[in-house]
Amino acid sequence: MERSVQPDLPGVAPPERRPKRSRAPYGLATPALLWLLVLFVIPMLAMASLSLQTGNSLEGFRQTFRFANFADALSQNGEFLIRSIRNAAVVTCIALLLAYPVAYWIAFYGGRFKSVFLFLLLLPFFISFVIRTVAWSFILSDNGIIFGTLKSLGVLPESYRVLGTTFAVVAGITYNLLPFTILPLYVSLEQIDPRLIEASKDLYASRTKAFLKVVLPLSMPGVFAAVLLTSIPAIGDYVNAAVLGGPGTAMIGNVIQSEFLRDRNYPEAAALAFVLMAIMLVGAIIYARVLGTERITEG
Amino acid sequence: MSAVATEPRQALAPEPEPPARRPKRRWTRAILPTYVGAFILYLSFPIFVIILFSFNQTRGGFGTSPRVKTTWIGFTTDWYKRLFELPDLTAALRHSLTIGVLSALAATALGTLLGLALARHRFRGRAGADFVIFLSISSPEIVLGAALASFFVALGFSRGLFTLFLAHTMFSIAFVTVTVRARAAGLDPALEAAAMDLGAGPITAFFKVTLPLLFPGILAGFLLAFALSMDDFVISQFTQGPFTMFPTWVFGATRVGIPPHVFAFATIIFLTGATVAMVLALGQRRKT
Repeated sequence: MERSVQPDLPGVAPPERRPKRSRAPYGLATPALLWLLVLFVIPMLAMASLSLQTGNSLEGFRQTFRFANFADALSQNGEFLIRSIRNAAVVTCIALLLAYPVAYWIAFYGGRFKSVFLFLLLLPFFISFVIRTVAWSFILSDNGIIFGTLKSLGVLPESYRVLGTTFAVVAGITYNLLPFTILPLYVSLEQIDPRLIEASKDLYASRTKAFLKVVLPLSMPGVFAAVLLTSIPAIGDYVNAAVLGGPGTAMIGNVIQSEFLRDRNYPEAAALAFVLMAIMLVGAIIYARVLGTERITEG
Repeated sequence: MSAVATEPRQALAPEPEPPARRPKRRWTRAILPTYVGAFILYLSFPIFVIILFSFNQTRGGFGTSPRVKTTWIGFTTDWYKRLFELPDLTAALRHSLTIGVLSALAATALGTLLGLALARHRFRGRAGADFVIFLSISSPEIVLGAALASFFVALGFSRGLFTLFLAHTMFSIAFVTVTVRARAAGLDPALEAAAMDLGAGPITAFFKVTLPLLFPGILAGFLLAFALSMDDFVISQFTQGPFTMFPTWVFGATRVGIPPHVFAFATIIFLTGATVAMVLALGQRRKT
């Protein structure tokens, strides 16, 4: 870990090695970059091209540069898009609130068992997330181990249900994304020197004040990474809505998936996927700007 | 940096003596540890349920294959004995393992070379390569899936084993590259130079010195790529066509009910993965 930092330090070695420009790096980099070019960059362009075509799956699609595809896709699916953004926002907030205390405690009080705790946190993720989501649908089902028991005890009315509601979808996405929230938080909290907290206490800060004025600001890079790593997959998710949701809980991912794989309305699906990508990029840039200026004004 | 920072911290460690400073052990101090314990239980709760219900009877079945019941009926080890009973499920798992190994091998080979190039050399197009790697990691899966499917549709490629291999290798390359690059950045290039001073050719020096030192990074990259491929659902669904993988088969089965064999397989996969991770972690610890 420590060693990986070395090359960034101003040392003697890098300037000395720089002159030897050889053809070796091209040989090393070309195969992988070619693979990424053909199967990542070109497909993105293919999707852009497809989003402007017209036609149907029987007669084929032709390139007509019909930008109205985007307007159509948006006007027909605004409801799903808004639901996705709202769900992702709720998921990100809940995941941050749930994960922060855990990351905080492990980073400052984990002692030599830090890696054991991290291992325990990541353990569930050795099972495919589809199967974990299925397990939740199982746990939350109307007569399952939780609600079935509560109903037979008379605690809950017979008509009470969670499966099929937005609550179940949000809970499922949160569960699936929690490791992406907790790891960046842990990494940034772990780097905070505990002596800084000691110092703030020596300067008569209360425990709360020490947390608010020292720990929280220093962990902001982790919060920033956690928000991005949680919200981006949350917006595009469709597995949770498909397995745990019901009528009226479909998200934009469900629309893209069914347009593409079931209805074969490729242009609309491609346009929606593009809009989704654009929303996330713009959101991430605005978010980075806002957080960036905040830090400048504070510092 | 951090190596420098930890030294004085350790030297100061005995000085503050926390127990002496705070003699009153308030009950509020138990809140956080309790919460962390509850949180870990919450995260692993579905795993307990999967393992438990892989030993549950299903009762009935009416000629069709059995489906998992949501209530406890009785203990049985039947599903482990009849593990390979459903040919479709077994085939899906075989497909996942095949694609997992093949795409992880390809991604490891490609990603290791790219990681080496990025860690060791400055070359034209380096910033572009960095950007493509960053984009491919941060793009949402559904966008990657839709893009790949658009591409295969435009080419008139029929989707199946081959397109899955191409897609899984693609999304794993960036992760292997990042892993190997971190390891290569920590290696002292003087070691390779020393080998060459001692008469080794560049190729011998690479295979005898650099490669063995890089190996932990390469292995980590391979295992990561394999795990990503096995776990992948979204990109598989968009690129598989009529071919099914383990997660996509399970997803398809949710509409009619999950056969208990799925939980038995999941339990076995979980125990294998957890054991491998534990062995690797302990091995790593012993070395340092």
